[in-house]
Amino acid sequence: MALSLDIFLQVLMDGIVLGFMYALIALGYTMVYGVLEFINFAHSEIFVLGAFVGVEILLALESSGTLAALNPAFVVLMIILAGMIVSGLAAVALERTAYRPLRGAPRLVPLISAIGASFFLQDFIRLVESVWHNSFYLSYPTLSLLDRSVRLGAMVEVPFKSILVIATALAMLAGLYLFVNKTRLGTAIRAVAQDPDAAALMGIPVNRIISLTFFVGGAMGGVAGVLFGLHYSLVNPYTGFVPGLKAFTAAVLGGIGNIPGAVLGGLVLGLMEAFAASYLGILTDGAFGAEYKDVFAFVILILILIFRPKGLLGEKVREEGV
Amino acid sequence: MLKVERIQVFYDAIQALKGLSFTVAQGEIVTLLGANGAGKSTTLKTISGLLQPRGGQIELDGKPLAGSAPHEIVRLGVAHVPEGRRIFPRLTVLENLKIGAYTRHGAAIGDDIERVFALFPRLKERARQSAGTLSGGEQQMLAIGRGLMACPRLLLLDEPSMGLAPILVEQIFAIILQINREGVTILLVEQNAAMALAVCHRGYVLETGTIILEGKASELAGNDRVRQAYLGG
Ligand SMILES: Nc1ncnc2c1ncn2[C@@H]1O[C@H](COP(=O)(O)OP(=O)(O)OP(=O)(O)O)[C@@H](O)[C@H]1O
Ligand SMILES: [Mg+2]
Repeated sequence: MALSLDIFLQVLMDGIVLGFMYALIALGYTMVYGVLEFINFAHSEIFVLGAFVGVEILLALESSGTLAALNPAFVVLMIILAGMIVSGLAAVALERTAYRPLRGAPRLVPLISAIGASFFLQDFIRLVESVWHNSFYLSYPTLSLLDRSVRLGAMVEVPFKSILVIATALAMLAGLYLFVNKTRLGTAIRAVAQDPDAAALMGIPVNRIISLTFFVGGAMGGVAGVLFGLHYSLVNPYTGFVPGLKAFTAAVLGGIGNIPGAVLGGLVLGLMEAFAASYLGILTDGAFGAEYKDVFAFVILILILIFRPKGLLGEKVREEGV
Repeated sequence: MLKVERIQVFYDAIQALKGLSFTVAQGEIVTLLGANGAGKSTTLKTISGLLQPRGGQIELDGKPLAGSAPHEIVRLGVAHVPEGRRIFPRLTVLENLKIGAYTRHGAAIGDDIERVFALFPRLKERARQSAGTLSGGEQQMLAIGRGLMACPRLLLLDEPSMGLAPILVEQIFAIILQINREGVTILLVEQNAAMALAVCHRGYVLETGTIILEGKASELAGNDRVRQAYLGG
């Protein structure tokens, strides 16, 4: 009973959902690292901002009575788009105000600025929500569509929520892949990541490309925020901390600066976490319970990094000119 | 076309250029000679906007460039092929060439890629390979090809023959003459002074951030100091 196939498949599904969530957030860390060699620690708040944009729109629709009348698929699409745009623009504004003025300063300086920005954004969201709703703990209104599920064979029941997360993440990742690899702007992002001075000599406006990178990474985080809210329902201004840390870990695991690496790292971490949560207790006869899932995940991470310090798909991030 | 007037350039507290002046006229090939560390690369970087002069000014077609960013200067028709190739190692050869034409649009880009492939058939064979896997000499060809993709009016070349086999050096200088004949003005920095003086119209000799000598190619080639310092006696 304990190791039955249906549980296994269920856990697999949970792990994939979690993994895609981490992957979407990890892209923001890794893309920004790619162009600036700097960890944007406020990215977790960009993610939370997306979750709050989604919940605010849903609450507004609900209180005006239009939520039930609208096509739920349309509503979901709309909040995903809104989360994307707001988070993307917020990331651009963050770079302009908190990071660009510090360009060229010693490496620790923008890092500290990022941590400061992270606190600022958390408490800013808290302040706004407290004034607005008298509470900064919000929960997503239920969308009946998402509470349905489909049966796959006799074994697994897949909730629409999970399908939504996976399908949206796949669509975003495919879009990002095409954008980064097949378009002129995407090529410019890669060029700036590899050698900003040489990129400038090609006529690439480096600062604008950096803004674009923040927008794209922030937008991915915003989508993840909306999906997180739709899937787990409860959000508060500090919700981003743990997923942000895990996603950052995923980015390092995959090889920081490497886009496919972030996706792989996210999936590996999500799966490890889901399986550890379900099976640690069973496999150790109760000695270690689900509460050890993070320890387990990070032990695996440390092991991988000992043997592959640059991450699973990592390589030297920037070649120096001779 | 290009007028550099008494520019002073610093790396933090170190002064690399100490009031350097020279000119390049439309259609010319002008070479800058000088020992290691004389300031040749610094001069090119200042023209292309990677460095900003602390004093003096640079005029392109009579208009000062002061404060322009590198990407704006490219749009004015100045391409800089930097020292040490600086190709994008994880873009393919083809992507590197396309990004060289970043400021341009339209079908002519495809024709120009074919033109670069005609100049450097090696690059065509390796078009889909990441540029970092090319040999050093192939990377140098790519860097020059990428510079040509901008369709510059003024091309700044920093040691284009570096690391190339002698036969390729000859080829590169033949190409420099050819693109000059097609109307591109060239400012050339070279360690290979013999070759540089063979193709250029005029030249300047730099020493620790200042011009110490200037003249027509033939005059410089005949100058004792140049012969001793750069032409091996
Ligand atoms: N990034 C830098 N930081 C500090 N000093 C620098 C930097 N780049 C160059 N310099 C100094 O400026 C001076 C001029 O350097 P530059 O690269 O222009 O020389 P160069 O004439 O191109 O030499 P080479 O023939 O070796 O390429 C040198 O003394 C060099 O040490
Ligand atoms: Mg040099």
